[in-house]
Amino acid sequence: MNICKKQDDGVVITGIGAVSPLANDFYTTWDRLLAGVSGVQSYVVPPELASYEPRWARVAALVKNIDEKLTSIVPPATLRKTDRFVHFALIAGHEAMTDAGISVTAENTHRFGTYVGVGIGGLSTVCDGMVQFLKEGEKTVSPFLIPRTISNEAASWLSMQWNLQGPSLALVNACSSSADAIGLSYRMIKNGYVDAMLTGGTEATVVPLAMAAFGNMRALSQWKGNPGQASRPFDAQRTGFVMGEGAAMLVLEKKSLALQRGARIYAEIVGYSATSDAYHVTAMQPEGKGAEAAIRLALEEAHGNLTDIGYINAHGTGTPMNDAIETLVIKKVFGDHAAIHKKNHLLVSSTKSMTGHLLGGAGALEIAFTAQALKSQKVPATINLEFDDPNCDLDYVKNVARDHSFTHALSNSFGFGGANAVVVLKRFS
Amino acid sequence: MQFSKEDTKAKVVTIIAEKLSMPESTVKPEVTFKDLGADSLDIVEIIMNFEETFGVEIKDEDAQAIKTINDAIELIHTARTK
Repeated sequence: MNICKKQDDGVVITGIGAVSPLANDFYTTWDRLLAGVSGVQSYVVPPELASYEPRWARVAALVKNIDEKLTSIVPPATLRKTDRFVHFALIAGHEAMTDAGISVTAENTHRFGTYVGVGIGGLSTVCDGMVQFLKEGEKTVSPFLIPRTISNEAASWLSMQWNLQGPSLALVNACSSSADAIGLSYRMIKNGYVDAMLTGGTEATVVPLAMAAFGNMRALSQWKGNPGQASRPFDAQRTGFVMGEGAAMLVLEKKSLALQRGARIYAEIVGYSATSDAYHVTAMQPEGKGAEAAIRLALEEAHGNLTDIGYINAHGTGTPMNDAIETLVIKKVFGDHAAIHKKNHLLVSSTKSMTGHLLGGAGALEIAFTAQALKSQKVPATINLEFDDPNCDLDYVKNVARDHSFTHALSNSFGFGGANAVVVLKRFS
Repeated sequence: MQFSKEDTKAKVVTIIAEKLSMPESTVKPEVTFKDLGADSLDIVEIIMNFEETFGVEIKDEDAQAIKTINDAIELIHTARTK
């Protein structure tokens, strides 16, 4: 038997699923995204902490009304053993697998794996468990606390739910976790180790402890007006990111097998690169050297011309630093092709302006958007762009989605700890 | 202190049904925990709940011997009436 069926094939996206602050499925999320809807709302502390008044946490982008969907997809015995981040992954995974229409059989199960990016994991389980421990003692600490908490449980439960017996793994790399999960899944297929992967990312950490901590880092948006305007990437009045939650899962397949079974193809993945800034625990290297290298290496793998790239789904968090450095990096790499006055210049948008920042789920959701943008030839906007920042002078698809004819696109994901992950997608035709 | 076995049985069944997210009618004395789809961690959690609810201590070796719902009822009832 040929263990590593290495051959120069391709890797395609054949299924997408999502649970987001905009909607509990991918297609409604996409429609709302094109309509420029914001998923951000006021942050309300849980009733048991009613006396706590957050100093910094004003808004959050929450998944809403998930219960009905959850109980229709996740069995009750699974539900109570799992944290919210796993719930999101199971719902998004269900949609992606159904969407792809792929069967898991005795023949392919060992060549079908699942890599899931998670930034933090079951933080709410830890918080609740600690409160219980302090209040009621050791005897009441649930034996399920650890399996509910650990980050690999999203991949584990997906493998159990779909009988995927190939490799399963959690990719934990801050805000680039799920871009790395997808990028590494792409490499697994490209290098012939597997034929298909259920891959993406999930996060559910809008809990008071995390909100306090991100707030104390001065990372959260301090917008005092309408919550829908709080996530303002590339705007001069941006003050930080908006915490979001949710998941996105993709089915990736070896192109020849996808074509053979007549699968519908969203886009082809043609490049991935990951680099590290080796610079600071949270801040980006000021000239964006690591991010620049990641973009260049991913493009090199894609064998494309710079001018082929028609759209970049930016990391675009809405923090003052990220957006300025990311803009600088795009200008350094793309030069004239990024200049707004040039004909056929590339478009850049931050969908975090509508979804908030899903941390470990962000890269996957944004790669899903990028694939759908290529397929539909429509580019989602950056909303809340009102005030020009001289350091942010690209075409950010201001406030209104746009029809756009393009063949290649990038999705950028940068994370705390200096992680940079870039994925290049190509329109399938 | 004396408790009726019916009282123990009712409480045991309620705890198991709640923990395994199933109706009490499925938690019949003769069925095994395995039949109900409970794994070893489920059983640990259920035993912890018994200890809390009934104010008793269950030794691990006794807990491991439990197969059916009735085994659990008997064990708890004995511990309770000691």
